[in-house]
Amino acid sequence: MKQYLAIFCAALLMAGCQFAPEGVEHILIKGSDTEVNLALSLAETYMAKDAMVSIAVTGGGSGMGIAALINGKTDIANSSRSMKPKEIELAEAQGIDPTPIVFAVDALALVVHPKLPVGELSVAEVGQIYRGEIQNWQAVGGPDLKITIYGRQSNSGTYVFFRDSVLQADYASTLMQMNGTAQIVEALRTDRSGIGYVGLGYVLDKQRNAVEGIRILNIQPPSDSTALSPIDVDNIRNGAYPLVRPLFQFTDGPPEGKLLDFILFCLSPEGQRIVENSGYYPLSPRYRQYNKQWLDE
Amino acid sequence: MSKNRIRYFVDSFARAAFATAALLSVAILLGIFIMLLYNGAKTFEEVPLSAFFLSTEWNPSAYGEPAFGVLSMVASTLLVTLGAMIIAVPLGVGAAAYLSEVASEGVREVLKPMIELLAAIPSVAVGFIGIVLVGPFLSRTFGLSNGLNALNGSILLAVMSLPTIITVAEDAIRSVPQSFKEASYALGGDAWVTLVRITLPASASGIIAAVILGMGRAIGETMTVLMACGNATGFPAGFFSPVRTMTATIAIELGEVPFGTTHYFSLFAVGALLFVLSLGFNLIAERIAAHYRYTI
Repeated sequence: MKQYLAIFCAALLMAGCQFAPEGVEHILIKGSDTEVNLALSLAETYMAKDAMVSIAVTGGGSGMGIAALINGKTDIANSSRSMKPKEIELAEAQGIDPTPIVFAVDALALVVHPKLPVGELSVAEVGQIYRGEIQNWQAVGGPDLKITIYGRQSNSGTYVFFRDSVLQADYASTLMQMNGTAQIVEALRTDRSGIGYVGLGYVLDKQRNAVEGIRILNIQPPSDSTALSPIDVDNIRNGAYPLVRPLFQFTDGPPEGKLLDFILFCLSPEGQRIVENSGYYPLSPRYRQYNKQWLDE
Repeated sequence: MSKNRIRYFVDSFARAAFATAALLSVAILLGIFIMLLYNGAKTFEEVPLSAFFLSTEWNPSAYGEPAFGVLSMVASTLLVTLGAMIIAVPLGVGAAAYLSEVASEGVREVLKPMIELLAAIPSVAVGFIGIVLVGPFLSRTFGLSNGLNALNGSILLAVMSLPTIITVAEDAIRSVPQSFKEASYALGGDAWVTLVRITLPASASGIIAAVILGMGRAIGETMTVLMACGNATGFPAGFFSPVRTMTATIAIELGEVPFGTTHYFSLFAVGALLFVLSLGFNLIAERIAAHYRYTI
């Protein structure tokens, strides 16, 4: 009996050791709800490779993640937007040095009703439409029809990103602020005069075809003379398609040790494959260059 | 302890319990109002009163200068509510008159619970109906590019306030003494004259109360108007304009607003304004109702 007890105790000890061996490093990731599934897949794959690291991922929104980083409550803040000047100020006051590392790219699509005879717009035209300076489709080669502009609600990160990078001004007050991406797509299935912006992943099926009932517009970048289709994955990979937004991992100062290992894994070919399988896009050369400020790959 | 003493104890205990219950609702009401005012007032440390009450531009998280004008959303709320009442009052009072004066007992017993069941539909389901049913119907009927506008909200809110209006108005109409109607018949009045000239005026105070209760239901409804009205922040040009009401604005923006900012406080100010608006309507209704009250 005593023998069994000893074996049992030993087994228990060993089991305990397996779950918490000496010297395991814990990494906390907090932030964007959009990215939480992607961050989880990356963390799980990485933990399977390195038993000495344990990574915990929670959501809560980009703002929550950044707030946690400022208060020293997380190692990595995931964010689908850059930090606001006010947040950087707050961080500096706390002695935190937020370092933005781009680890994936998200693409936005502009969608219209399939019967609207407009196939492409320039970034400048999109801005004019959403600022309310162009109010009729005639001005961009369409029929004589008043434009109905659809967008997200003001609490959405996409709303802010689109405003700050495409409009660079405020939206027209005629913007229909829809309650989520699904409602925008639903509205555009019936509204021939409408235009709306949505995450590209939402309007592409597994074979990268546009979902039925809407048309995805080709977008002409400011520096280019031809309009590019986001459906062609190469246009996004090489960074030519203009409506993309970087997804960030913020750390306190340039990452070191296991934190650096994990982030380098995210940027590695294997990590970037996980990014693509999660519906996002790998880094274009531009963002690789951007990361070089802090990272030596 | 004697029986009397027990009875005395139970009586005074019950009295205190009921008084507490009555006072509790007053205390909650006051507490909410003070909380709204206290937080809302902080808006005006940064925003001048005129920029809040007299501007049509609301954009607290603007790219450029933030704007805190409530005029557009107040107009939107009033427009949607007015539309709802234009639809719901004739229908509601008509239905109440039919139920209490015309319908047979059997019909009444079937209809009344069904009307009350209408109040049990969750507002998010009504909003969904607005998107998939009323919206496309409006855009087809009126040749609009889409049906997400103030009229859509008015129609849905009318449906939602109907049970309140019908139930309260029906009680009011039924409480008109039989002798009033008999007097009308005795003077040669037919059923129609009796209803329109005697019964309805005699129950006017109750009917007005019904309308005001229905209006309160409409003015404070959030999810339905948020889903069906299009949520554009501009000043409404009419019933075919997309609008964003006060309730929808609070619901959309309070979720993500940074704590303790002017934007945060301004949403409480909007809430306080909504409170004052519906309180004002209630007071006006009380006055009108008192004016019409028949003394027997």
